[in-house]
Amino acid sequence: MKKEKQSGMTFIVKTITNLIIGFMLVFGAYIVLYGHITPGGGFPGGVMIALAYILVTLAYGRRVVESMISGVTGSIADDIGALVILILGFIGLYIGGTFLFNFLPKGTPFKLFSAGYIIIYNLAIMLKVGMSLYIVFLALAILQRVVTTRDETKEDKK
Amino acid sequence: MTLYFLNFVLLIIGLYALVVKRHIVKKILGVAIMEYAVNLFLILLGFRKSGIAPILTEDMDLATFIHTAVDPLPQALVLTSIVIGLGTLALMVAMAIRLYERYGTFDMDEINRLRG
Amino acid sequence: MNTLLPLFTAIPICSAVLILIIGKFDKKNFPRIWSLLTSLSLLFILVVVWDKGTIIHEMGGWKPPFGVVLVKDNLSRMMLLIVNVVAFLTIIYSYVYIVKFEDYLRFFTLFLFMLAGMNGVVLTGDLFNLFVFLEIASIASYALVGYGVDAEELEASFKYLILGALASVFILFGIGMIYSITGSVNMADVARFIVENNLGGNNALLMATGLFIVGFGLKAGLVPFHAWLPDAHSSAPAPISVMLSGVLIKVLGIYSLIRIFYSVIGITPVVSYIFITMGVISMLVGAFMGFGQDDMKRMFAFSSISQMGYIAVGIGIGTPLAIIGALFHLLNHAGFKSLLFLSSGAIQTSTGTRNLSELGGLRKKMPVTSATSVIGALSIAGVPPFNGFWSKLIIILAAFSAGYFWLGAILVFTAFLTLAYYLRFQKNVIFGEPTSLLKNVREAPFMMVMPMVVFAVFCLLIGIFNGWIISNIIIPAQGIITNQLGYISSVLGI
Repeated sequence: MKKEKQSGMTFIVKTITNLIIGFMLVFGAYIVLYGHITPGGGFPGGVMIALAYILVTLAYGRRVVESMISGVTGSIADDIGALVILILGFIGLYIGGTFLFNFLPKGTPFKLFSAGYIIIYNLAIMLKVGMSLYIVFLALAILQRVVTTRDETKEDKK
Repeated sequence: MTLYFLNFVLLIIGLYALVVKRHIVKKILGVAIMEYAVNLFLILLGFRKSGIAPILTEDMDLATFIHTAVDPLPQALVLTSIVIGLGTLALMVAMAIRLYERYGTFDMDEINRLRG
Repeated sequence: MNTLLPLFTAIPICSAVLILIIGKFDKKNFPRIWSLLTSLSLLFILVVVWDKGTIIHEMGGWKPPFGVVLVKDNLSRMMLLIVNVVAFLTIIYSYVYIVKFEDYLRFFTLFLFMLAGMNGVVLTGDLFNLFVFLEIASIASYALVGYGVDAEELEASFKYLILGALASVFILFGIGMIYSITGSVNMADVARFIVENNLGGNNALLMATGLFIVGFGLKAGLVPFHAWLPDAHSSAPAPISVMLSGVLIKVLGIYSLIRIFYSVIGITPVVSYIFITMGVISMLVGAFMGFGQDDMKRMFAFSSISQMGYIAVGIGIGTPLAIIGALFHLLNHAGFKSLLFLSSGAIQTSTGTRNLSELGGLRKKMPVTSATSVIGALSIAGVPPFNGFWSKLIIILAAFSAGYFWLGAILVFTAFLTLAYYLRFQKNVIFGEPTSLLKNVREAPFMMVMPMVVFAVFCLLIGIFNGWIISNIIIPAQGIITNQLGYISSVLGI
């Protein structure tokens, strides 16, 4: 019984997760890439991508999702996202004289490649937000497990 | 005006939960409710009934744009404040779990080894 | 020259992220050395921009009032000096102190985020940006207070977190109120709107005033809102106590109050009276509570509340002399309170306790720490050659010359109370006979003693050369505070 509990939820949940996980990731990527012309951007898209991984965690358990993206990898990806934003800022400082100056050509409005560096910026935010949320969830799941195992040992002693 | 009043009521509900309730999770919920009340207040400041998106294109008249577009600044502010609220909330939840680990209770009255 | 301003926040954040990445492979030495270099580079930038007058940096090339601006004027310059010098010496101190926690990575990452947040609060010229930087500094400090993850530390951290979150909500609500009246969040533009339309008695502005006093008062630890401060200060690791008491409550609380009420909203008699009342209650409550404490760090924490009261009174009186006194006391308090908290950390590391009743006779066992903590205690108690005397004297003189005789009497009375409980600290810890527990106590390591000696020398030098410090650092800052129109025109360029 306990082993089954470790490996996640029921067959129905797992099947549904398999079906919708691809759509979630694609929709998240769409929201990120079109963030500068339609409502959306790096933050909502990143949250959707993080939610996809959180769904996998809920359905299959922590082990499976950690074999896909481990905590350390997620943390490094998260840091790289932050670093890219800072580097964009520094390049703007070097080229335009102000921090976060938009140094790329603006293009025509309502085209995919327009609005200068916003698209790179959104991608970096996606990396940052998505991975941070995923790591926060993972960390809370680990903490939660510690608490429940402590409670079980307490009850055993009684 | 009614909307602002209801908004203020929401803030007071959050404050009530924060001050009166003894359970840690309820206190955290109180903080979250207060944060959302303030976010809602900021959104209401920029709200305009049947307003349009604040994007000025070339075929648009400036005067009608000013009188129909919603205010975009509060939306940007609220997005930032939601992110900050998320960070605070995650820290609070993690700390609540750790506190439960140490004290074995969620009751704030029993977590009183320091004198305040 | 103005391209250097964003570096004050960008460099610490960049270093923090780099420490998170590279520190995964070199856990021990890289975080410590890299954060030391970061702090040193910030001091170097500060020296470069020190004499350049008011500098405006428009983020992303957007002109104020539309974009975020960073403003370095003489007040920000003084606060940057305090923040970065204290942070640099604290990082040196942490180099050895942090060994017992065995987790270098997150400590220095959070420390640098806190430093970036405080530099941002000091530099920003935008209300909402101030809120964002304030939250960066606050969230990092919540985590750092509970860094030891023992029961007491977590409890203190959680209390601090709840009250801090409440303060943030109030501040954001106040900013929303200001935005609803003026339609702008740029400080200079808001000030211009309020001055031009003569909005002094506007109801929404009054509500924003109240919200700001509660919010920033909570961050500053002034008395009706001080519940978190003694717990957080006494439970945090010693370097974090130094940062909290030495700079965080000043930057997030007092500096923000000064900037918002003097440069943006404009000070009114009601607000002055609120400041004076809160200051007087803080002074008295802090001093009386300081008497009853057995824990050394709790005593210092209550004394912080008391000294914050002095600064609040100085700001409340509002004459140029009083503001000079308040700013000078702010500078001095950063020096001697950091010194005292560092000493308490050294004593705790060497003896394993910080209870006054268990200590005694450290004069022979730890000569350098004893000497520095005596200097710190004499400075904060206001004994003449040291710096605390001069700033308290200026505030008392300002109170008498502004006609507040009862206030002057309370200020003198509190100064004697402070002297009394610091004499108790000296008698119980430094002098007397060593208790049997302290036979094998040795002096703290060099890296911990060195910053304490530097702070002690600062206390002595500021006390001796007080005229030079006041005329070169304090009076220019006071000129910014009392000249609201000058601030508006220098930022907006009109």
